[in-house]
Amino acid sequence: MSVVVEVMPKPEILDPQGQAVLNALHRLGFSEVAGVRQGKRFELELTGELDEAVLARLEEAASTLLANPVIEEHTVHVGSTVHDEAGDEPSPAGV
Amino acid sequence: MRVGVVTFPGSLDDQDAARAVRYAGADAATLWHGDDDLAGVDAIVLPGGFSYGDYLRCGAIARFAPVMRSVVDAAHAGMPVLGICNGFQILCEAHLLPGALIRNDVQTFVCRDQSLTVENVTTAWTSDYQEGQRIVVPLKSGEGGYVAPQATLDALEDEGRVVVRYAGSNPNGSLRDIAGITSENGRIVGLMPHPEHAIDALTGPGTDGLGFFSSVLASVVSA
Repeated sequence: MSVVVEVMPKPEILDPQGQAVLNALHRLGFSEVAGVRQGKRFELELTGELDEAVLARLEEAASTLLANPVIEEHTVHVGSTVHDEAGDEPSPAGV
Repeated sequence: MRVGVVTFPGSLDDQDAARAVRYAGADAATLWHGDDDLAGVDAIVLPGGFSYGDYLRCGAIARFAPVMRSVVDAAHAGMPVLGICNGFQILCEAHLLPGALIRNDVQTFVCRDQSLTVENVTTAWTSDYQEGQRIVVPLKSGEGGYVAPQATLDALEDEGRVVVRYAGSNPNGSLRDIAGITSENGRIVGLMPHPEHAIDALTGPGTDGLGFFSSVLASVVSA
């Protein structure tokens, strides 16, 4: 179990990275994609148990360092790591 | 008079900034990111570069370096602070200046000699310029797009806190062509272009940038 912090540029803030990714998707033929916004995901591993006080501190960590409230929005929630969600099965390529 | 130039891991332009300080007739002192001692300097320059590899966001990690605690305290006490490029990003992250810098709207790094209009000549760093003066200094940044909420932009305009504005075409999508701004008391200035690279015709497009460094001498003497 991790605490996941997700950070996205505010809707009114231009996202040149997302725009560049969208352009590349269209070049590759993924014409069904109408828009891309690129953000960041942080998976925080804890030293101890998670409780309300710890969650409040992590919210502070998110708004102090992980996100810049001037240009970004963020969420803090309990979640699985992407690795856990993906499972441990070998990829088709056997890597 | 001594002007401190802070070196962070990944700072690139600290030597050029120190050289500009010396060209203007002041002593340049080297300040280290991990040391909260400001060595008795009278003013501070946060130079350009890629502090901490621009990890997380430009300036976001440098903002919490030990030296920044002292810089923030000194700035609040009225010491002149100039942030150039990455230094401007650090000042915004440290909330010493409002707004933020995001990736250029053109999606590429921009490196060119840039025309600017100096609009506020009452700051500690621009008193040697004429209001409306056109200057040319290098601009070299990938994340130089200045953004802030509308209300903040309006306040900056109303209070005359836009120090330099891009002249001609806007190179990076900065809102209202803003290239640099100042604090309410005019002591803190941040800008994306690099005046320290325009102090000698041999190594830059001219000497238009020297005024930032000569201005601060007068401001400290008169303070």
